[in-house]
Amino acid sequence: MTKYTSNLSIGRRGFLAGSAAVLGLSNMPRRAAAATKGGTFRLAVSQGGTSDTLNPAEASGSQQIMVGWALRNNLTEIGSDNKLKPELAVSWSSDDAQTWVFKLRPGVTFHNGKSLGAEDAIASLNLHRGEDSTSGAKALLAGVSEITAEGTDTVKITLSAPNADFPFILSDYHFQIMPVGADGALDLSGTGTGGYTLESWKPGVKTVLQRNPDYWKDGAANFDRVELLLISDSGSATTALVTGEIDAVQSAEYKTLGLLGRDKNVEIESISGGFHPVFAMQSSQAPFSDKNVRLALKYGVDREALVKQVLRGHGTIANDHPIAPSMPYFDASLEQRAYDPDKAKFHLKEAGLDSLAVSLSVSDSLFAGAVDSVTLYREHAAPAGIDVQVAREPGDGYWSDVWMKKPFFTGSWGARPVPDMIFATAYSKGGDWNESQFSNDTFQQLMLAARSELDEAKRGQMYGDMQAILRDEGGSVIPFFRNFVFARRVDISHGEDVASNWALDGYKAIERWWKA
Amino acid sequence: MQHLFRLFVQRLALGLLTLFAVSLVIFLSIELLPGDVAQQVLGQSATPENLAAFRRELGLDQPAYTRYLSWFGGFLQGDLGHSLISGLPIKELIAERMYNTFFLAGFAALIAVPLAVVLGVVAALYRDTTLDKTINVVALTAISVPEFFVGYILVWLFAVELGLFPSIANLSEDASLGDRIYRTFLPAMTLTLIVTAHMMRMTRASLINLLALPYLEMARLKGASQRRLIVIHALPNAIAPIVTVIAINLAYLIVGVVIVEVVFVYPGMGQLLVDSVAKRDFTVVQTACLLFAATYILFNLASDLISIASNPRLLHRK
Repeated sequence: MTKYTSNLSIGRRGFLAGSAAVLGLSNMPRRAAAATKGGTFRLAVSQGGTSDTLNPAEASGSQQIMVGWALRNNLTEIGSDNKLKPELAVSWSSDDAQTWVFKLRPGVTFHNGKSLGAEDAIASLNLHRGEDSTSGAKALLAGVSEITAEGTDTVKITLSAPNADFPFILSDYHFQIMPVGADGALDLSGTGTGGYTLESWKPGVKTVLQRNPDYWKDGAANFDRVELLLISDSGSATTALVTGEIDAVQSAEYKTLGLLGRDKNVEIESISGGFHPVFAMQSSQAPFSDKNVRLALKYGVDREALVKQVLRGHGTIANDHPIAPSMPYFDASLEQRAYDPDKAKFHLKEAGLDSLAVSLSVSDSLFAGAVDSVTLYREHAAPAGIDVQVAREPGDGYWSDVWMKKPFFTGSWGARPVPDMIFATAYSKGGDWNESQFSNDTFQQLMLAARSELDEAKRGQMYGDMQAILRDEGGSVIPFFRNFVFARRVDISHGEDVASNWALDGYKAIERWWKA
Repeated sequence: MQHLFRLFVQRLALGLLTLFAVSLVIFLSIELLPGDVAQQVLGQSATPENLAAFRRELGLDQPAYTRYLSWFGGFLQGDLGHSLISGLPIKELIAERMYNTFFLAGFAALIAVPLAVVLGVVAALYRDTTLDKTINVVALTAISVPEFFVGYILVWLFAVELGLFPSIANLSEDASLGDRIYRTFLPAMTLTLIVTAHMMRMTRASLINLLALPYLEMARLKGASQRRLIVIHALPNAIAPIVTVIAINLAYLIVGVVIVEVVFVYPGMGQLLVDSVAKRDFTVVQTACLLFAATYILFNLASDLISIASNPRLLHRK
């Protein structure tokens, strides 16, 4: 059975004080009524390795993130409906979007019996701050100037500049809340407030989790026991799903999905989200410093063909900016750029060139079909007189030696719940991850202004303008958004909504799904 | 006998020297690989600030020779150190995987070695008959197909179609021996198919070589049966070459099975080594490689000792 759900209508979360309290009331998940408790959930993920740790500062692949979120909670979370929900923070408020006050959920205890206090939240967030922090999320909290406790159940976070989306940032998988021990040190061993406790942690092999009987969240953590396996070979993973060795699998191999879908015991889910590859040019260097060259390269890619042939339909075309149709503030009125070799040729002429030869670095470790995408791009661009040479790079060391080092390279970005998070990370002037060396003053001013803009309509207008700027000025060819594809046995169920921020229900299948 | 003992000690000392050289080569190789632990762990989320903090924390800002010497010093005192990334003691990290690897290798060897020797003897016994040709064709076909393909074929046949064995190993910690054998059956079969041909062919070739020698002609003239000729007269003299090729294959079963591990999701040393190299986790790579090198050295030594012991001329040399 194959069912493709598209999760396009995503509401906008309520703003600032007051609305947070309403959110608190709507915390009861709809699925709670139908969920049944019990059973063992055997889940195979594909990202991670033997050396993965439980330290959320180092979290990156699905193994670390899913185990982390089974054991621990954040202050805020993105729900199955893609809206921001209170998690360990029961409410939050700010008058100026610069000073934020988070009220902690009362009566929550960690697995070790300690009750949740402001000191735990503060120490957990400080793991990602300061000179000695090795956190991968250090930059996300760079705008935080001070975190203080107000009493035992309130945390006050002061930013150096207003940011109306700050509560969204705290839903990032790095910002899991852990308890501080008697010695004042943060407990990184897996103790949390989450729905599961750790029975055994064998990264790269198998992690076993037991249900936390005292879990505070209603209708969540339904399985008694969870086994999370790391299976890097997609053939082995799908075979294990078909033979019933596992119950669900994070898949990425689009080519065999059709065959898998024929099995009556297996259901495939394809969720459109904001996950996207980028063909990024270092736009401060020639020839990419010429806007016409950038436009020629953007007109030279046949997006529809890539979605059809590389993703086998499991994706949506993109418009050279990172805001997916499933994200808030997506500007549907912005004209979609189409494949047009003549226009590409025209822009090449405008740049004073008859033909252009560029080398585009790519690795299949980025996503399944990455090299295929670039190979097809080469065919698409050829009629315009552009020769996109496929530079196939090893996956090992790609991020340190190829990404942002070569003049023209492929990158890959996960979905962000709000535009500001991806704009600030990848398109902000002088940012660490500004892969295309994008530098546009109007864009920069709009980004800062939108953070403190409280009028929703004005804010939407600003984000719309920014999408247009990126589409026309930016150094990134963004051809498509990939769907999250995963498969489960039919006896595993989930609620009506499935989150589209990450695969497997926002990487929270462990606590959200159940065995029918 | 004394000669044998001296050789043993000598070779052991040489082996230790080899291990030292291997450890240097491994260290230098990892240094030469692009990127370091910090970059590999942080990946896309690396920034100059968190990279610097990471390197400070792990002592990666020290010069290379200092890091090697501090590892080597610990190693000499029996301290294998900790994984650079997870901070776990190497012993803890490796013990269970090493056990798994030896279990699978032992399981496969228990089937493959007797099977190969018996098939080799039978093939020599019935040389150039249909039986001989059939054994050769089957064994050579199995070895000519890539090992992951052999694995997939077995999975398709025994797991998907017949449902007799699990397609992935998925071992639990407290699995009984029976359960363990059941769950590692398909990987062990895959390995058996891969290593049998080599040993079988060597057994057959050595025996056939010997059959042309005068002392066997003499035995045949005395009226010994073909069977007695091969098993009693020829086989003891073929031990040396057979043992050598068995040793090579046993070592392969231990160090060369990473692809089979991936196909069957079997938690052995191969996957650990690949992961650790990818993350540049030097201490883990070092220990794993030294264990592998030691395996080769010991198997080689054992096969040499057996060869000498099986040959009276070498054993009682003046």
